[in-house]
Amino acid sequence: MAESLVSPALLTFFVLAGLAVLGAGSLVLQKHPIHSALSLIVVMVSLAGLYLLMGAEFVAMVQIIVYGGAIMVLFIFVIMLLNAGEEEHTDFSQLAKFAGLPLAFALTASLAALVFKPDAGVPAATQAFIPKATEQISSMLFKEFVYPFELTSFLILVAIMGALVLAQREKK
Amino acid sequence: MISFLQQNAFWIITIVKIALLLFIVLTVNAYLTWFERKVVAHIQSRWGPHRVGPHGLLQPAADGLKFLFKEDPTPAGVDQFVYYLAPFLALTLSLTALAVIPFGPDPLPFKILGEQVYLWIVKSDIGLLVLFAITALSVYGIALAGWASNSKYSLLGGLRSSAQMISYELALTMSVVGVLLMANTFSLQGIIEAQNNAKWGFGALGWNVIAWTKNGLLFPQVIGFICFFTSAIAETNRAPFDLPEAESELVAGFHTEYASFKFAMFFIAEYTAMITVSCLATILFFGGWLSPFPPTSFWTFTHYIPSITLIPFGLWVIYDGIRYETIFGKLILPAVGFAMFAIGAVLLAGVRIAPLHTVNEFIQPVFWFTAKILVFLFFYVWARGTLPRLRYDQLMNVGWKLLLPVSIANVILTAGIILWRSHS
Repeated sequence: MAESLVSPALLTFFVLAGLAVLGAGSLVLQKHPIHSALSLIVVMVSLAGLYLLMGAEFVAMVQIIVYGGAIMVLFIFVIMLLNAGEEEHTDFSQLAKFAGLPLAFALTASLAALVFKPDAGVPAATQAFIPKATEQISSMLFKEFVYPFELTSFLILVAIMGALVLAQREKK
Repeated sequence: MISFLQQNAFWIITIVKIALLLFIVLTVNAYLTWFERKVVAHIQSRWGPHRVGPHGLLQPAADGLKFLFKEDPTPAGVDQFVYYLAPFLALTLSLTALAVIPFGPDPLPFKILGEQVYLWIVKSDIGLLVLFAITALSVYGIALAGWASNSKYSLLGGLRSSAQMISYELALTMSVVGVLLMANTFSLQGIIEAQNNAKWGFGALGWNVIAWTKNGLLFPQVIGFICFFTSAIAETNRAPFDLPEAESELVAGFHTEYASFKFAMFFIAEYTAMITVSCLATILFFGGWLSPFPPTSFWTFTHYIPSITLIPFGLWVIYDGIRYETIFGKLILPAVGFAMFAIGAVLLAGVRIAPLHTVNEFIQPVFWFTAKILVFLFFYVWARGTLPRLRYDQLMNVGWKLLLPVSIANVILTAGIILWRSHS
């Protein structure tokens, strides 16, 4: 009886989901940029845990390596380098008051409507995909989607070159 | 009671294994400091620690006590939460990495609570990725410590370490791809088993540094190994890449403001990371637990190498202990030597006695694994004792302009040769 209600997987889901939501909330509410960045790391890592719970091992680890590791380290590096101090919280901006609040309310309402209407839910991913997930992901990336994949990397290359050009401009 | 134990056998055994592994690793860490000080001392024609206990063997215990009882001041103006979080983060992450490392292929020769007990805590299909994920996160311990300490030196150390670790992570990951192409799996157990495919069954030839498999000679991963080990040394912030704590420039770098046990936590984290990297180098490039000799019956005599190394070493320790200056040494060293001698002799005598024979067979892979790890740990210390520290721009040049292109070239060559072999 008790087992059918709260399985270990469900419990783990609620812990991780709670951590993610708490982290996201604290990301907005913290005053110091480093504390906000730390909260974002908590969000990233608990998202990785959620992926792991769904059996997407490869995606979970890549989430930690790329988002939790590389990108967030760069965030923290920049915050440390600029020696950014605590923010001063100001009053609500007019835009947030008149456009932001109704929009946030509308988003929450539509999400709640979707959640409480079970027959309109998104179909779950098929379980047969899981056992060799890494192999399947790589064959999809390098066979079916090889052109979009390579185009994306080209786009990133262009971005890097743009950053280099901007950084070198002053020296001339 | 018994039925409760049997129902939850998996969890109980896992928890006991974790506790046991932590105990072993922390002890090895302590003696690694002793080993490092001794080796560096002998490189510099000194004696190293030799006052506390015979040959300074109790020095780690004295150091540990000192760490526990030292005053633990918190500097003014630190960011309290992050200042306390950083050492915990560093220590937890580096200890977590050990969970996926397999120390031997076979389960224990007897069952506990009806379960077979293997020499790893988690068997994961993505073991290698888990390790890289933990490496990616372990930057935070150092970077945050540097930031939270409210000190210029610490901040510079933290900045240096985050830049250094991002740069070398790329080369580290790329240098492993060659091995992954050969093994076709991310699982550490699978990577080791894939190396059990040597030409003429001659163990050592099949290791990824040589890669002479039954299907012909693949591209030996020597370059990959050199790139891997160099960037791993940089990832673990060890000399000659120890710029985050360069004492001639930054006092002690990121841990300048940490004292007492919080400092010890960084220390333990660093040494645990060294052990993890040595395990990984062994698994990826040197065949993990595989013996360097063929498994044929002619080579069975190599199974007595563990016992045959233990017996002379035990005898030497007894001889050394009798001559030792202090009474304590005269008592303890011969006892330790006799214990080694006895274990070796029992294993040797077990040639014809069934249960001892099983034990000897069981320790073979574990022996080879440990022996290879020790070689890499010695490499770490050797590099620290002999190489001068790089300058910061040199460090960045080596990472981005040398290791990264070379390891990418290694990936392309390896992939090409595997493709060519599979078509011819």
